[in-house]
Amino acid sequence: MSLVFLIFIPILAALFIPLLFKRLGQIHTGWFVLLVPAALFLYYATRLPSVMEGGTYVSELSWIPSLDIAFVAYLDGLSLLFTLLITGIGALVVLYSIFYLDKHREQLHNFYVYLLIFMSAMLGVVQSDHLITLYLFWELTSISSFLLIAYWYTRDRSRFGALKSMMITVFGGLMMLGGFVLLSIMGGTYSIRELIAQAPELAQHDFFIWALVLVLLGAFTKSAQFPFYIWLPDAMEAPTPVSAYLHSATMVKAGIYLVARLTPVFALSEVWMWLVAGVGLFTMVWASFFALKQKDLKGILAFSTVSQLGLIMSLLGVGAAAYHVEGAADTYLKYAAFAAIFHLINHATFKGSLFMIAGIIDHETGTRDIRKLGGLMSLMPVSFTVALIGSLSMAGLPPFNGFLSKEMFLTAMLSLQEFNMFSMDVWWVLFPIIAWIGSVFTFIYSLYFVFHTFAGKHQPEELPKQAHEAPIGMLISPVFLAALVVLIFFIPNLIGDWLVKPAVAAIQPFLYDSPQNVDIHVSAWHGFNTELFMTLGIFAIGGLMFWTLRKWQHLYDVYPDSISLNRLYDEMMLLSYGGANRFSRIYMTGFIRSYLVYMFSFMTFIVLLTLFLNEAFQIDFSNLAPIGVYEIVILLALVGATLTILGSKSRLTAIIALGAVGYSVALLFVIFRAPDLALTQLVIETISVALFLLAFYHLPQISRKEERMKFRFGNALVALGVGVTMTLVALSAHSQKSLPSISEFYKETVYKEAGGGNIVNVILVDYRGFDTLFEIAVLGIAGIGIITMIRLRLTKKEGQHENK
Amino acid sequence: MRTNDVMLQTATKVVTFIILMFAVHIFFAGHYTPGGGFVGGLLTASAIVLLMLAFDIPTVKKIIPINYVVLSAVGLLIAIATASASIVFDVPFFTHAYDYFDLPLFGETSLHSALLFDIGVYLVVVGVTMTIIQTIGEDE
Repeated sequence: MSLVFLIFIPILAALFIPLLFKRLGQIHTGWFVLLVPAALFLYYATRLPSVMEGGTYVSELSWIPSLDIAFVAYLDGLSLLFTLLITGIGALVVLYSIFYLDKHREQLHNFYVYLLIFMSAMLGVVQSDHLITLYLFWELTSISSFLLIAYWYTRDRSRFGALKSMMITVFGGLMMLGGFVLLSIMGGTYSIRELIAQAPELAQHDFFIWALVLVLLGAFTKSAQFPFYIWLPDAMEAPTPVSAYLHSATMVKAGIYLVARLTPVFALSEVWMWLVAGVGLFTMVWASFFALKQKDLKGILAFSTVSQLGLIMSLLGVGAAAYHVEGAADTYLKYAAFAAIFHLINHATFKGSLFMIAGIIDHETGTRDIRKLGGLMSLMPVSFTVALIGSLSMAGLPPFNGFLSKEMFLTAMLSLQEFNMFSMDVWWVLFPIIAWIGSVFTFIYSLYFVFHTFAGKHQPEELPKQAHEAPIGMLISPVFLAALVVLIFFIPNLIGDWLVKPAVAAIQPFLYDSPQNVDIHVSAWHGFNTELFMTLGIFAIGGLMFWTLRKWQHLYDVYPDSISLNRLYDEMMLLSYGGANRFSRIYMTGFIRSYLVYMFSFMTFIVLLTLFLNEAFQIDFSNLAPIGVYEIVILLALVGATLTILGSKSRLTAIIALGAVGYSVALLFVIFRAPDLALTQLVIETISVALFLLAFYHLPQISRKEERMKFRFGNALVALGVGVTMTLVALSAHSQKSLPSISEFYKETVYKEAGGGNIVNVILVDYRGFDTLFEIAVLGIAGIGIITMIRLRLTKKEGQHENK
Repeated sequence: MRTNDVMLQTATKVVTFIILMFAVHIFFAGHYTPGGGFVGGLLTASAIVLLMLAFDIPTVKKIIPINYVVLSAVGLLIAIATASASIVFDVPFFTHAYDYFDLPLFGETSLHSALLFDIGVYLVVVGVTMTIIQTIGEDE
């Protein structure tokens, strides 16, 4: 099957979910959903052997050929790795969710529809070779993430978190789109592969640095890097399977993917390396430090995710240094990209299992507050084991996979001493030091997470529920992931050959021709070197600080909330809401007459300006038709009826006079031989008079009198302006014919090509069918608007407190 | 107090059908002679409004038990479906097709996909006009 269609399979499956939920409600909908990622995982796994050899697959589906936009699925080592993560973790998460979400109480159809949309979007992000469709899928992940965070939409915090994540990631996405457009202007193509091929020329371009910064803004917002990470902790309001899947294993790694994918394009730049490595490392130490402030289990995990994403990001930044060194494949710099991908896999395994454990604790005890928990070790032995494995791996202890990638991370940071460009020869020493500090805090929060939950004293009186071990089905996924954590420690080179090396070859095509050339061997023991001593230092200092945690944890409370980034976000939102509101109130008076004044004055202004600028005023009275007695009579009636409206004291008179105006115009149409218009005008007049009569009772009496008392100069001016403009336009249009009339074209083609005889109607349904389609859509919207206004009576008082 | 509207009611009973027949005629004639979905829809709506004026809204609702909101939705769907049907045949959106057929009773007749689109327009116009008038009319 064509690869590009596989991307859409989850979204197509989503169409059937509501039906399955309604018809087969006895069976948990999750079981059907499970088939989708599981089958996709197995299918993609069959591509592994050839991708390992350096093979790639391309498949294209044209979308908008005129704009050169197409869906292009490109499968190489990097995208296949992400694809397997998305489908593999996806299958485990769906399995877990079957036991996490109750089929009777939860709105499963919503949940799984959103989840499947997300799956398609994420596959699209990592497989697209076309920048525009990549952007499309990118935003679709933001939207599905928004929907999933707000899954429990009756909770205020859920909606707040959903909106926050969407504001920040969509902001980044738009910036990224700007970067993509600049890239395509520079390179003349939307294809990432073609852009990579012309990377050296791109770096000379003036737009290069702008494109770089804009694309990084997109990547940093999505991957929750400082200072944009603030959305991720609030996104924890989502159901735990979502947190495990989107906000730890897949979506937040889209930014990492983008940086990795575009490294060959941007690596030439010094700014790229400093920004990616610097922001990543700072995020790592910042978030690991503040993880210890958290009281919520998922909050700790959220900050730890931010920190680990920063770690991977910094490794990719350091990996870009390899671009500048001759024969980098023989230096220690080569470890950075490998460590990034390796840690990405490891992080997905241990963090996925930890999130699921946090969900289990929430599910079985009723709280995630770490101060109320404790002593669950004997009550939940399996969960404890899984949590211990995950946490120790995160802390970087052997025999777990986190130890291996943590060692490589330190190796990569130390390798910067071999790099002496971009003033690195002075500053390089900062990198290993900051990395070391971050690792110490990582060690502490890992222990904090597991021991403050499972060790210590059990406080049953604090827990909303009687704590007990989770059902077996809920434990399958975390146990499986924990088993992987241990397994990868013993077979790292197998994972390296299968998954990591093909991905590294895709990130650093300038270093390696094929994945086999990546000459890196992972070993748990490599003698007494600097990395080992750094690790021992982490264990010693970290252990000591964890031992005394209770003594210094309250120091976090000293940090005032009023100068936090969250506060900044809240203030900005308040300002924009309030500002927009105040600005709108200036001109939105609530009176239709004000709006008409705006519209008419603006129209007059624009039309007169255009006429003036183009010097289009022309009056030419030759070539006029003779004026007959009928025209004069009808026009007099028209003017008379209009004056009657203005002078009438009662509303009934005005309505009837208005009808007279309409009918006179219809008669004019008859005289000028426009039967279609005449017919329509007649019927419309009839119906609107009936409508006026119906609405007659509801119209206020008094306000009209007031209106008549005052003569408003401004309004008179606008009225005069509209009249003058219309007259001028009509006269000028008649007097000059620079273009031949379009009616000739209609006359020629109406029968031959459109198969009709009545030009007016054929224009409506064929030539300008789009107009009609949108017009009837607008009609429908107007109808709905009137129903909402009248039948639902959403008055001001009720509208203010929609939350209560 | 109730006004005497015997004459209006009697006339309406006949006139309504004439208007409706005319509406149908105008709708089908639209592609070759004056008329079309828009006018046809408006005429139909005016016939129903006439009924409402002569009798009252509850009575008319009983005679014509149609949910006009649903009617507009159906019309919109038909219009969009007709417009997008061309995609299936790999021609640009909104491409119409027509041909001449020899039908019994009618003789040689032109069948045009624009007619389907016009049905959509017709239904939306009837639906929305009646929705608006009924909603405002029923409002106390």
